[in-house]
Amino acid sequence: MTLVYLMINGLQIGSIYALVALGYSMVYGIVKLINFAHGDIIMVGAYSTWYLMSRFSAPAWLAVTATIVMCSVLGVLIEKIAYKPLRKSDRLSLLVTAIGISLLLQNVAQLLFSANPRMFTNIFTGSVSIGERQFSNATTVTIAVSIVIMLLLTLLVKHTRMGKAMRAVSEDYETAQLMGINVNNTISFTFALGSGLAAVGAVFYCCSYSQIQPTMGSMLGLKAFVAAVLGGIGSMPGAMIGGLCIGIAESLTKGYISSQLTDAVVFGILIVVLLIKPSGMFGRRMNEKV
Amino acid sequence: MPKLLKSTPFRYALNATAAVGLYAVIMALINTGILNRYQALMLIPIGFNIILAVSLNLTAGFLGQLPLGHAGFMSVGGYAAALFSMSVNLPTNIELPLALVIGGLVAAAFGVLIGLPALRLKGDYLAIITLGFGEIIRVIILNLKFTGGAYGLKGIGRQTTVTWVYIFVIITLYVISTLIKSRHGRAILSIREDEIAAEASGIPTTYYKVLAFSISAGFAGIAGGLYAHYLSILDPSTFGFMRSVEILVIVVLGGLGSLFGSVISAVVLTILPEMLRGFAEYRMVIYSLLLVVVMIFKPSGLCGRYEFSLGDTIDNFFSMIRGSLIKKGGGSDDASA
Amino acid sequence: MTPVLNVSNLGINFGGLQALDDFNIQVKNREIVGLIGPNGAGKTTVFNLLTNVYPPSRGGITLTGQNTLGKATHEITKYGIARTFQNIRLFKSLSVIDNVKIALHNSMNYSLLQAVLRLPSYWKQEAAATEVCMKLLAVFNMEELADATAASLPYGAQRRLEIVRALATNPKVLLLDEPAAGMNPSETAELMHTIHDVRDKFDVAIVLIEHDMSIVMGICERILVLNYGLIIAQGTPEEIRNNILVVEAYLGQQRGE
Repeated sequence: MTLVYLMINGLQIGSIYALVALGYSMVYGIVKLINFAHGDIIMVGAYSTWYLMSRFSAPAWLAVTATIVMCSVLGVLIEKIAYKPLRKSDRLSLLVTAIGISLLLQNVAQLLFSANPRMFTNIFTGSVSIGERQFSNATTVTIAVSIVIMLLLTLLVKHTRMGKAMRAVSEDYETAQLMGINVNNTISFTFALGSGLAAVGAVFYCCSYSQIQPTMGSMLGLKAFVAAVLGGIGSMPGAMIGGLCIGIAESLTKGYISSQLTDAVVFGILIVVLLIKPSGMFGRRMNEKV
Repeated sequence: MPKLLKSTPFRYALNATAAVGLYAVIMALINTGILNRYQALMLIPIGFNIILAVSLNLTAGFLGQLPLGHAGFMSVGGYAAALFSMSVNLPTNIELPLALVIGGLVAAAFGVLIGLPALRLKGDYLAIITLGFGEIIRVIILNLKFTGGAYGLKGIGRQTTVTWVYIFVIITLYVISTLIKSRHGRAILSIREDEIAAEASGIPTTYYKVLAFSISAGFAGIAGGLYAHYLSILDPSTFGFMRSVEILVIVVLGGLGSLFGSVISAVVLTILPEMLRGFAEYRMVIYSLLLVVVMIFKPSGLCGRYEFSLGDTIDNFFSMIRGSLIKKGGGSDDASA
Repeated sequence: MTPVLNVSNLGINFGGLQALDDFNIQVKNREIVGLIGPNGAGKTTVFNLLTNVYPPSRGGITLTGQNTLGKATHEITKYGIARTFQNIRLFKSLSVIDNVKIALHNSMNYSLLQAVLRLPSYWKQEAAATEVCMKLLAVFNMEELADATAASLPYGAQRRLEIVRALATNPKVLLLDEPAAGMNPSETAELMHTIHDVRDKFDVAIVLIEHDMSIVMGICERILVLNYGLIIAQGTPEEIRNNILVVEAYLGQQRGE
């Protein structure tokens, strides 16, 4: 009874992690950057939806659509302004810039909306009963929509021109360029896609957890990142399965051990994975050529 | 005169005099009231930020490995030092340095424990795993009884003074700068430059990575101890990922691999937020914007790898004067000929 | 005379691929041996296995009678193997003299504490190391470049610096990986002299990977030819020149003959 309940809860938060982890993984695959600002895109998405709905009384579908567009544009802008000039410099500077953007987004949000948490009204109210159990619509919609999105994404990467370009660029940036692939567009598309997914994740997250605040993205982002590492960074199926695993692990820890230790368990998983198999479940091992 | 300036003993004497002289100036400024009480108190956070930045620079700048868990070591050192000083009752001038040394040693031991597994990884992966360890340290402290859990540790003696901070800043700078100019330091640098070539040149790279990592952790622990005895309370939530990032920002802005840069950057970035207090809402925005802008336009940080040397500066000054004298002399020779 | 380096049945697999198999070689003191073969034949892999950059899957390596198989790279260096790299690996942003001094790491033994307290042992050993560095650099006419940054050196000087750095570890066997790559003919000619000089002055055996046949044929006393991870021929330069297998490996099998 409790186990099934915990598993479903785990799948719900896990789907959100998976959506966010996909963004980390795709971006890492293509520009080899841990995009620390990715978690804060979630926060931007949350505020944007909340603002549109509470201030302009926009209908939910419109607010969500506008948010997805806005986050995608923001993702692309961040890449163009902050990361692109550093594409040739060393990785450390790039990582620090990403951290800087993350701080910037958090602090701008704090300036605009104050540090006090805001309440987000669930847009998927009601519940369904499956058998004798009740599940909130937020839970079922999150899981169902995430699965659909992940399937679509897999098709996109496997079968479209842009998907092939993404894979080519992540394989070898320079060769892809020589083959006539527009690397800049491909990178922009990847950031847009990743940020859009983060926006979707943001909406789902807010529907179940209702509180939004400027720093909400950092822990959520870090955990999604752990999910990406667990799955094998750069691998899309890895990000999905990694996300679900982290969600379930967290939910089970909360249910059976202590809710205070969830963070420790998540980061414990990270450390164990990195020590035993840094390439994760589906990643490829990279060797330095001597 | 220039020959004397180049001699090593003279250089050491010069630097020692400068260190004492600077201390005298600072104390004079405080005692005469030119620095008010509030400004004088600012000197303490400036001091432990210097120690934190310089120690992180050892791993990030000289070893070339980016750790994101420096605050974890700071908290370990802080708690160890505080728990020690709270359990003994010695004269302050013995208790504090003893507590700091213990804090430093415990943090260094953690550095070895974490470094051994973590340093098998490189680059981004190392950054993440140290971040993970940092977070775990925080969660563990949060859940332990003897650390006061979420309530934190209260009633730590306010023993940190400007003098003690100054002494430990000087010790940190001395140890790390002499370390860098030794066979051990060169071994550390060689790992940054090319790990495979370093191994092939006979450098036990794992040993030196762990060594640099734990020395770095040890000094972070000392800074943690100074911090604990300055605020008199320790709250685990202040040692999160963001704290590590703040220290990293100081190092990166100053220049990876420049101790001088770390010092300047620590001073500026500690004072700057205070000066921007009038614009309290904007200061963090400005701070983060500054970071991004510097990275885009000067990725090597403000000082690059520049190292300040008092002796060289004076030496250059004299040769400049001499140069201009010779020029004048040469000019008159020409005229007579 | 017993060989300084004795390698038997050395081999490694990368995934399913046998990158090197059944590699045997005995190198005598002061011998210059050439290792040639087409690209991807496994030449650099031999060096990587000898220095344990990749741990061998099988085989045995002894250096002056001591087993070095499975020892860490820096340990193997202490036993007396030093190498250069195909794609120059200098400590780029450090000075030339520091590049060499790093390789003298194990010839000094002052402790960390002695270093930080600047005790006499630090000063004595550092002064001695500086002297050794300058002498080594002088052999290669590089003493005036001692304070230059390694990255600022011209290409040929960078290759020479790599050799100096390798020699600083006081090796018995020196592994040179394409030392003439990217050099013009006059630099190449000079390099041949240098290699001879090194052997005579430092009393080392040299194993040399090189594509430039004028060097290989000119200075090697013995040549091994690798193809697809296997030794397909060995002998004097004269024998190798006339070996049909070698010609085939390089030019491809002539059809219809």
